[in-house]
Amino acid sequence: MSSTIVNLPDQSTARIPKVNFITKENGLLSWLLTGDHKRIATLYLISITFFFFIGGALAGLIRLELLTPQADLMATDTYNKVFTMHGIIMIFFFLVPSVPATLGNFLMPMMIGAKDLALPKINLLSWYLYIAAGILAIYTMATGGVDTGWTFTTPLSTHYVNTNVLTTGLAVFIAGFSSIFTGLNFIVTIHKMRCPGMTWFRLPLFVWSNYAASLLMVLGTPVLAITIVLIALERTIGIGVFDPAKGGDPILFQHLFWFYSHPAVYIMILPGMGVISETISTFSRKRVFGYTAVAFSSVAIAIFGFFVWAHHMFIMGISNYAVLVFSLLTMLVAVPSAIKIFNWAFTLYKGSITFETPMLYTFGFMGLFTIGGMTGVFLGSTGTDIHLTETYFIVAHFHFIMVGGMLMAFLAGIHFWWPKWTGRMYPEKISQLAAVVTFIGFNLTFFPQFILGTLGMPRRYAAYPPEFQVLNVFSTAGATILGVGYLLPILYLTWSLKYGEIAGNNPWQATGLEWQTQSPPLTENFLVTPIMDHEAYDYEWLEHQKEKEVTSV
Amino acid sequence: MSHISPILWQFLVKWMTSFPLFPPEASKVAPEMDALFFFMVLVSLVGLTLVVLLVTSFSILYSKERHPVAVQVEGSTLLEATWTIIPLGLFLVMFVWGSIIYFRVYTPPANSMNIYVVGKQWMWKAEHPGGQHEINSLHVPTGRAVQLTLISQDVFHSFSIPAFRVKREAIPGRYTTVWFEPTVPGTYHLFCTQYCGTNHSAMIGEVVVMTPDDYKKWLDESTSGTSLAQNGERLFASLSCNACHNASAGARGPNLANIYGSKLTLSNGGTVTADDAYLRESILNPSQHVTEGYAPIMPTYQGQVSEEGVISLVEFIKNLNSDYRIQQTLNTTDLLPESEASPNRPAAPAATGPAKQGMVKQ
Amino acid sequence: MSDSTAIAHGAAETPGHVHGEHPPYQRHHFETVEQQADATNFAMWLFLLTEIMFFGGLFTAYLIYRNWYYPAFVAGSHQLNIFWGTANTAVLISSSFTMAMGVWCAETRRKGGLVLCLVLTFILGLVFLGIKTIEYSEKIEKHHVPGFHYSLQSFLNPDSDPEAKAAGDKPLPLDMARHTEVYFSLYFAMTGMHALHMIIGISILGFMIFRAQAGAYTTGHVTFVENFGLYWHFVDIIWIFLFPLLYLISRHQ
Repeated sequence: MSSTIVNLPDQSTARIPKVNFITKENGLLSWLLTGDHKRIATLYLISITFFFFIGGALAGLIRLELLTPQADLMATDTYNKVFTMHGIIMIFFFLVPSVPATLGNFLMPMMIGAKDLALPKINLLSWYLYIAAGILAIYTMATGGVDTGWTFTTPLSTHYVNTNVLTTGLAVFIAGFSSIFTGLNFIVTIHKMRCPGMTWFRLPLFVWSNYAASLLMVLGTPVLAITIVLIALERTIGIGVFDPAKGGDPILFQHLFWFYSHPAVYIMILPGMGVISETISTFSRKRVFGYTAVAFSSVAIAIFGFFVWAHHMFIMGISNYAVLVFSLLTMLVAVPSAIKIFNWAFTLYKGSITFETPMLYTFGFMGLFTIGGMTGVFLGSTGTDIHLTETYFIVAHFHFIMVGGMLMAFLAGIHFWWPKWTGRMYPEKISQLAAVVTFIGFNLTFFPQFILGTLGMPRRYAAYPPEFQVLNVFSTAGATILGVGYLLPILYLTWSLKYGEIAGNNPWQATGLEWQTQSPPLTENFLVTPIMDHEAYDYEWLEHQKEKEVTSV
Repeated sequence: MSHISPILWQFLVKWMTSFPLFPPEASKVAPEMDALFFFMVLVSLVGLTLVVLLVTSFSILYSKERHPVAVQVEGSTLLEATWTIIPLGLFLVMFVWGSIIYFRVYTPPANSMNIYVVGKQWMWKAEHPGGQHEINSLHVPTGRAVQLTLISQDVFHSFSIPAFRVKREAIPGRYTTVWFEPTVPGTYHLFCTQYCGTNHSAMIGEVVVMTPDDYKKWLDESTSGTSLAQNGERLFASLSCNACHNASAGARGPNLANIYGSKLTLSNGGTVTADDAYLRESILNPSQHVTEGYAPIMPTYQGQVSEEGVISLVEFIKNLNSDYRIQQTLNTTDLLPESEASPNRPAAPAATGPAKQGMVKQ
Repeated sequence: MSDSTAIAHGAAETPGHVHGEHPPYQRHHFETVEQQADATNFAMWLFLLTEIMFFGGLFTAYLIYRNWYYPAFVAGSHQLNIFWGTANTAVLISSSFTMAMGVWCAETRRKGGLVLCLVLTFILGLVFLGIKTIEYSEKIEKHHVPGFHYSLQSFLNPDSDPEAKAAGDKPLPLDMARHTEVYFSLYFAMTGMHALHMIIGISILGFMIFRAQAGAYTTGHVTFVENFGLYWHFVDIIWIFLFPLLYLISRHQ
């Protein structure tokens, strides 16, 4: 599209501002001991990208093995380790911290008009915990891996495997504290450090989403922590709390584990939804349709998300009546997500729409998240869940949400805020190409998996009946394309650091306090504390600002 | 096409036209579940089409070239209500419909024939009441309700028959059940679908559905000679259950004849139905399941009898319909090879000290 | 940067500003010292909420297994020493009192009083841990530690065991006796986790005593002491729940 809202300063005279958060201090220690939320966000961005590629390589190995019906590429024990580590790394070291620890850390204080998060030292601690956990996870992989599946089902994980369950458990435990501290920091900041005039309902929806996700992080993750402690005790000294031979109950583990792990999926998706609110507003030049509904639906998802955990246990022999309750609540939690999709769609109504890369990723999100969400309802309805659970249908469902949804939203956000973060624009044409390639690759990889699941192909299988091969080959072909789609941004975003066009303060002409400062921002964000005297997504206010700038020279 | 070798082309055509997209329907509940499934597919298609249509048409109608100035629209309570209530209504329909199917699948009818399935790393063992044993396969007849009573000997497994649309977890420590009525003879996949370790992908087999006549023939030719109940009787004798449960007046243990399915009053005042789970629990954790009027002196058999042994005992008790049958087991005891030097015929079962003797492991 | 709609903050055009506008202990990202105190206090309450969720998993397991295996829980509980348990409860409540006094001293700028109170709290914390050590070693001697030669003798034959005899326990059937191991697992997990939190608290107290002696908390910057006080009281409250749940099951004498 030739039409664009991008408004860059005159490239012949524009320069990156000399004093910004990157140039303020030099030297490795100034980065490793920083309290600046933007530097910590940068550290996180580099780290999670690193772990994403490890997780992605493991995914590549999975898809390679599944090209043929036999378990011929690697020993089944190795395959079991590969998919376990793929899950652990992608969930705990990529998806959970992805938007909150990078974009959330970077933007949230600016969005609310604050100079930093409430607890900068805790923020830095959070990153160090993440790195410690990550190093432990890599050590685990290097010394034999773990093969329990990311779900650590007992008694398999406590009594029947000889792999590195304890070190992995410890890594996840530490990563959990990293997550708790991030969430805690966000909640305190949003409650206590909003600038004058910034009422709750003037907050950008990105802040609302991260707030809801933070509630989940803070309340849910500790339960995972204690579950890991119990697993460790059972595994080392055999306390018997999950062991039927000693009077324990393995189903208790399932309850404790899923009590965190279900809210975890909302921790992963809510911040992505926040990004979508921002991009869809900016690229339609309109306030998000139904702001209040979208804000409340974020909190509703967080609250309801705590009450549906046993829908991961429908066929495990829990009472039929418990199943009824959890199925009903699952249907209820699906509704706020539907509300958001429609509100975003109607944000386009009577807007003025352009199709830059963040918007392409946004559209991809909306389509793929709708499919992923609807297939969640297939699973929430217990009748169909019996047939579809524990198959590739589940794998397809959560990859549509996490990769088709969350990862696309993350990329939308990275591209959208790249000029603010680095002061430079990314190259538009190649990034649009990458977005399209990703979308095509994604669909080819994961749509066949819905069919495989309906056919009954179980998950976590290294070998499968030959009649499933064609669909698996499609899936692997798609994964190759998807890999290319993810490799491209690494290349051109790195390129743009040196050669990208200078962006200026507000290349997208977006509302939002972060766009009213220089790019990259100052360490203290604002020279003077802003006063929020207008609503969120107020494009008329923005017009007014531009007029004033022109006339007051 | 001229640059694709004819062999490759043949292979591709065969390959591309002969892969399945949907599993066969081979049980009574399969078409019911498929109806719900296709309803959901339809609703999803409609929903997706709606979203895609909205996004596409708005993108075209309101692109920057066509619509350069955006018109701020705050929202619409009517629309919010619409897209809250309609999805909620559809989801609730799916909830009710799905729950009905779920209850049906996990509530076996009273007249179902029962097959026990024990899962262990990494195989499935099916035990038919007539004593037929199968490994990684399950033969069932059409036209009859078949109930599976599942348990695991080690970790979680999950017994899945996609063609029947049924699946149930096999858990260590307690029975789970599922039932189905096969409709179409044939051979279908059997999978373990709960990750259970190294050879999880190898824990597969076949479900062979036969016409009732063929099934009868199969039963006759596959029997091991001893039915589960007969094996259970042997265990009942060798473990000296009949020392207390001997159906005589003043016996130390309750009479087990016709006990299966009846309502019992326990010593703690509660009532319970004596089903498979209760029978299993009474053997392994007796002190919590003492019948009213009896002393809590039954020792536990945990560790002395395997899951298959428990299944045999349960099957024996289920089929026990007369006091005479129980008293006959005293004769069985005399016929056992261990009976000469059996230290497990105590005068009075000790209230203290575990029963170490009489290790009859299957 | 929009400046027409913003109020200048402090001494303005230069990014630096005059120190003297705010107390030296106010961090630069906070507007006022009240905001800093408010935010850090809120953060501590939130953190304690996460701790409740953390212990909650153990309490859930306790709830379920006590419901299933009540006789085993009774027998296990009777093995614990009520004297030491009560003593520990008194010690912890006293330490909460001394801690609260310490907070008051900090708020009223009494350096000597603050240091005394912190030292007393420190000592009481150590006494608690000492008593716990005595109790744990008793358990080890009697082989009531799950996973380490766990012995069922006390439960199968209560007359052979002084605590069980004193409590008038009847012998348990074997299967129920085995379930006492679940009780002790929870006992060690819950008191162990609690003790870990005590150790962390005592360590921080040690650090605080040095800083208090240097006058760090008696010049107006009391939030550290106040927030630590919250943590200490929380650890105390966890014990107040653990004591009856673990020690006082079915003690009618």
